[in-house]
Amino acid sequence: MSSIGAGYDLSASQFSPDGRVFQVEYAQKAVENSSTAIGLKGKDGVVIAVEKLVLSKLYDPGANKRIFHIDNHIGMGISGLISDGRQLSETAKTEASEYRSKYGGDIPLHLLNEKVSMYVHAYTLYSMVRPFGASLLLASHDQKDGPSLYVVDPSGVSHGYFGCAIGKAKQNAKTEIEKLKLSTLSMEQLAKEAARIIYVVHDELKDKHFELELAWVGEKTNGKFELVPQSFLEECENYAKTSLQDSDSDNDL
Amino acid sequence: MFSDYSAPPMWQNGPALGKYYDFPNVSTNKISHNSTNGKQRYHTPLTTGTSVIGLVFNGGVILAADTAGYYGSMMRFNDCPRIFQVNKYTILGAGNDYADIQYLNDIIKQKILDDDLHNDGIALKPKSLHSWLTRVLYNRRSQFDPLWINAFVAGMQNGEPFLGTVDKLGTAYEDKILSFGFGTHISVPYLRQEREKNPNMTKEEAIACIKTCMDMLYVRDARSGAKYNIGVISNEGSEVQGPFESVGHWNIATHGTPGQE
Amino acid sequence: MALVTKQILDTPIQHHFSPYSDNGGTTVAVAGPDYAIIASDTRLSAGYSIYTREQSKLFTLSETTVLGSSGCWCDILSLTRIIEARMQMYLHEHNKVMSTTSLAKMISIMMYGKRFFPYYTSTIIAGLDPEGKGCVYSYDPIGHTERANFRAGGSSGALLQALLDNQLGFKNQENVDKTPVSLEKAITVVKDAFTAAAERDIYTGDGVHLCAITKDGIKEFNFELRKD
Repeated sequence: MSSIGAGYDLSASQFSPDGRVFQVEYAQKAVENSSTAIGLKGKDGVVIAVEKLVLSKLYDPGANKRIFHIDNHIGMGISGLISDGRQLSETAKTEASEYRSKYGGDIPLHLLNEKVSMYVHAYTLYSMVRPFGASLLLASHDQKDGPSLYVVDPSGVSHGYFGCAIGKAKQNAKTEIEKLKLSTLSMEQLAKEAARIIYVVHDELKDKHFELELAWVGEKTNGKFELVPQSFLEECENYAKTSLQDSDSDNDL
Repeated sequence: MFSDYSAPPMWQNGPALGKYYDFPNVSTNKISHNSTNGKQRYHTPLTTGTSVIGLVFNGGVILAADTAGYYGSMMRFNDCPRIFQVNKYTILGAGNDYADIQYLNDIIKQKILDDDLHNDGIALKPKSLHSWLTRVLYNRRSQFDPLWINAFVAGMQNGEPFLGTVDKLGTAYEDKILSFGFGTHISVPYLRQEREKNPNMTKEEAIACIKTCMDMLYVRDARSGAKYNIGVISNEGSEVQGPFESVGHWNIATHGTPGQE
Repeated sequence: MALVTKQILDTPIQHHFSPYSDNGGTTVAVAGPDYAIIASDTRLSAGYSIYTREQSKLFTLSETTVLGSSGCWCDILSLTRIIEARMQMYLHEHNKVMSTTSLAKMISIMMYGKRFFPYYTSTIIAGLDPEGKGCVYSYDPIGHTERANFRAGGSSGALLQALLDNQLGFKNQENVDKTPVSLEKAITVVKDAFTAAAERDIYTGDGVHLCAITKDGIKEFNFELRKD
């Protein structure tokens, strides 16, 4: 990516001569500097995992969460500027609640994804606003359509995924995800693999401390989006740590 | 006077056809066509739910209401539950206009969901819900667009039972025994007597009292239905039980009525 | 169609909406040289229905001021809540608790602010003024206010004011010592006043809640009244 906008990067409402919107690319850059978040869709559920980087030892444990509950059945993981992510989570909550008050049921994820994408996209069109410096993972499960997973990026583009990664280690994480046979994995296996991938891609030299946030939605949770229970979270972390050690010792040989 | 062909009125000051008995100082009154010149912004209740009764026992609270929805004097709907579980601390009961009850209940359900989404373990407590209802209903009455509701909040807060009510004006109070509608005339005297005899009622005794009340209301209130729900809340949690069914026999007309044993 | 039936159908019966209700209740307040007392009955009613027998109509606003109010209960709840919020704002802005005299003025302004959709209440406040003397202020529904030495308001206001004029104002008494009565004597008079009111007024009864305000704080008392 070009680092010099040559005067075409001052406004989100202006294209460069070669057809790019630099402000949006800078916003994507903000995501690439932030904590890695991954989403995995298996046979009966979706898992979201976030490597929440803890920038100061003085922070309370559990502060500045990067996984949000949008509705009973929908969860969101964010990477990028946390305050931008929080605003988008509020927007998504409002959309979900409006859908319920109008139609009396749970909003389907593909619809919510559309609404949030349109909202994010609107912030790439005007000179007086700044695009959102955050990418979102949206996860849900319903009886009829099974699990679903979407990513919305700062440009307002969104796709459905089997497995996806956003944030600073997204390339490494994607490589790891591609090794998995996602459609055969149960929610428990997904959670363990997600934890492992976060531990694998974590850069210990640059970012010392991080907290693993892990949440899921699927048949096991009766279609409710929930944080993974503390005991199972620890199990996942142990699994991640042991497989890290195993691969390290393989390298030593 | 009456023409030769018409029957004399059944009983003086009695209820007009399709209407409640005109109790003094209750806000149903006859007005002539000509007296309604101004713009009327407020509505009147259409599909209505009748009595709600609430009773505090030792370590908990009960609410009860039948599931009949009346359209004037016609029992038009059979399944209009009016006791709702709000969360583990709180139960809501409501009477009068059923559309308004559903509207308010939807808002409360969304409030509870919004609370849950914060995922911090903090949930709306009964006193807060009661206070919130006070403001909502008072604001609506101040805009001359009332929600035609009598709401009852039952719950546990700090280990203590709570029972409070709010009417369509925002008039709010708490007591050990509360009621709306016909229950005020039929159930409250009986419940007050039972509580005086037995101030530390157990849950089972209280449920028995409430069921007696619902049976009495079924035979004496023309706007009642046989099916009813009861909401029970104690330190063990909250649940809505039922529907139970009252059997229409007249024996209980003497069973529960003071002085007629 | 039978004429009677036709007559009934011709007359629409309508649920008329009134934003006000009269929930009854009586408040009495007395100011002495170094004390103030205020009391209310505890019956909340509407028409012939008693809503509850245990609703005090007193609101302790600060360590030196208590408000008592009767009339339209939903207006009383709203008025007192806004007063409490405004007192909190005053506290944060000025770093001191609002005095009874300032509060008296503020309540008047607040009530007049709703001149054309009034709070339908008969409100009295009692407390100690900044000099430590007892004071009582009473209000009409639209914010007219007056400082007095004793005042009765609510459903038995008219009944009891005359009694207080005689017993505390020494009106129509000859050869009496007109020094202000003691706190104990005032409490007795207020108690008797409520007993009298409960005899004649169906909107007053069940119990009395009384607050005695002195420099040492607020003491609360409860008395029973007839419940029929």
